[in-house]
Amino acid sequence: MSAVYAAMDALLPFEWLHYTFMKNALLAMLLITPLFGMLGTMAVDNKMAFFSDALGHSALTGIAIGVVLGWQSQMASMLLFGILWAMLITFVKHNSKMSADTIISVFSSTSIALGLVVLSRGGAFAKYSSVLVGDVLSVTEGDLLALLATLAVTVVVWIFLFNPLMITSVNAPLAKSRGVRARATEYAFTILVAVAVMMSIRWVGVMLINSLLILPAAASRNVARSAAGYMRLSVGIALVCGVAGLILSYYLNTSAGAAVVLVSAAVYFVTLPLRRK
Amino acid sequence: MTHKPCPHPVTGAHHAGEEHIACADHAACRENTPCRLCRIEVDQLNVVLGGQALLKDVSLHIHCGELTALIGTNGAGKTTLLRALLGQIEYKGTIRHLTSEGLPAAEIRTGYVPQQLEFDRSSPVTVMDFMAGSLSRRAVFLGIPKKTRERALAALARTHCEKLCDRPLGALSGGELQRVLLALALTPQPDLLILDEPVSGVDQNGLETFYQTVDELKHKNHMAILLVSHDLDVVERYADRVVLMQGTVIKQGSPEVVFDSPEFEQVFYARGGRA
Repeated sequence: MSAVYAAMDALLPFEWLHYTFMKNALLAMLLITPLFGMLGTMAVDNKMAFFSDALGHSALTGIAIGVVLGWQSQMASMLLFGILWAMLITFVKHNSKMSADTIISVFSSTSIALGLVVLSRGGAFAKYSSVLVGDVLSVTEGDLLALLATLAVTVVVWIFLFNPLMITSVNAPLAKSRGVRARATEYAFTILVAVAVMMSIRWVGVMLINSLLILPAAASRNVARSAAGYMRLSVGIALVCGVAGLILSYYLNTSAGAAVVLVSAAVYFVTLPLRRK
Repeated sequence: MTHKPCPHPVTGAHHAGEEHIACADHAACRENTPCRLCRIEVDQLNVVLGGQALLKDVSLHIHCGELTALIGTNGAGKTTLLRALLGQIEYKGTIRHLTSEGLPAAEIRTGYVPQQLEFDRSSPVTVMDFMAGSLSRRAVFLGIPKKTRERALAALARTHCEKLCDRPLGALSGGELQRVLLALALTPQPDLLILDEPVSGVDQNGLETFYQTVDELKHKNHMAILLVSHDLDVVERYADRVVLMQGTVIKQGSPEVVFDSPEFEQVFYARGGRA
C-alpha cells in the first residue's frame, strides 16, 4: 500500500492529497463511482430507481440484525440481509397484482422502521447515525481491498449480464423468445446492486447512495447516442463527479458524499437540454 | 423431386391431393432434403387459467411454406394459442412437431415478432446495439466486433432495413421498428415464425411494406408462418390458410372457404359489418 501512496505523492502533488485519509478517500471514490456508474445504466433503463432507494434504506435493518445477533462485523449482516431483501422485493413484485411502486414503498418503510426501532432502543441511535450520511474519509486499507474485490467481481458478472439486461429493458417477452432468462437475469442484477450498495453504504450513506447510482446514468442518458456510449459516459461522469466532489468537500469542509451528489446533479442539469427530442 | 406423401394433406401452396409436392422455391425442396419441420400438429389443446377455460379442444395443423392466419374477435384465444406454441403457458393436449417423414422433429427454432412494442423511446439503444445484443453474448459496451456487425447487417438487409442500423431504436417509425423486429426474429433462421398482430397501429404504407417482405420471405425460405391479425384484408391477401377461433377452432381452411362460411358471418357480420 505504501507504494501506492508514494506513487500518488509523486503523480498528484496536491495539498488536498497530503493526508493518508484523503488518499484512501480518493482511492475509494475511484472504486465506488465506476461501480455505481456501471450498474446505474441498467437501473435507469429498467426503471429501478425507487427499488435501489429501498435497498439503501434496508441497510439500517441489516445493521440492526447484526447488532441483535451480536455479530462482530455488521458488514456480513448488511450484505446477507440486503441480498435477501432485494430478492424478496423482486419476488413479491412478480407475484402480486399490486403496482411495483406500492410494494417497494411498503418494503422500504418497513425496513427503515425496523432498523430504527432496534437501533434506537435505549437511545443508542447516535452510535449508528453515521451510516445515514456516510463518511468516505474513514475508509481503511482493508475496506479498499474489499471495494476492489467488489468492483472486480461486478465487472466480470456485468460483461455477461449487460446484453440480456439491455434486451429485457426493451421488451421482456421478446427477450424471453430469444432465450434470455429474464427472471434469472433480473435476480442476478438485483443481487449485484444489493452487494454494491451494502459494500459502499458506510462511505456514502443511506440518504445519498441512490443518487450515486441514478444521477451519472441519468446524465449520461441525456447525451449518449448508443449503448456503449451510455455505459462509458456514465462511468466517466461518475468518476469525474466523485473526484471533483471529494476535492470540493475538502476545501469547503463538508460531507464528501453530499458534495459528490451535488456535482453529479449539476452535470445532470447541464446535460438536460442536450436530450434527443 | 418429391417428398414422401404427407399423411395430412391440406390445401395450400405446396399440397395437392394426397401428395406433398416439392416446390422450386424452397432450398430444402430443391436439394430434396427432408424438412426439419414439415408441420405442427395441435391436437385437443386445452388451456385453463384461473379456473377459466381460455382454449377448448383446439386442433389444427400448421404447415411449412404456408402462412396460417389466426382470426377472431378479442378474447377468442389467439394470443393464448401463440403462448402455448411458444411454451410460455401450461396446457393439456398435444403439440407435435413433425418432419416430412412424419417423425418427431428435432428441437425447432421459433422466431417471434410481438405486437407493437411498448418501450422507453428515450433509451440510448441503437438498432445495431439491439441486434448485436440479441445475436451475440459479448457485452455491446465493449464494442461490437466486425463479424457481429456484419451478421446484424445481413439480418437487417433481409427485411430491407440495414440503413436504419445506427438510428436509435426509439426514433424509428412503427413500421420500421416492426421490420427490425422481423429481421431479428429471422436470425437464426426459424422453422416457425410467429407474428402477433405485428403491424397494429402502423400506417398503411408501413403495413404494405411489412407484409410484402413477409410474403417474399415465405417464398425464399423454408419455414411455417403463423400470423395473428385483426386486419382481414391483409389476411385475405396474404394467408394460405385461415383459422377462425372463438375459444376453439370454429372454421379452418383456405381464405375463400373461411371467409364465405356461415361461422365467419356469425362472428364478424352479426356485430355490424366487418371488423
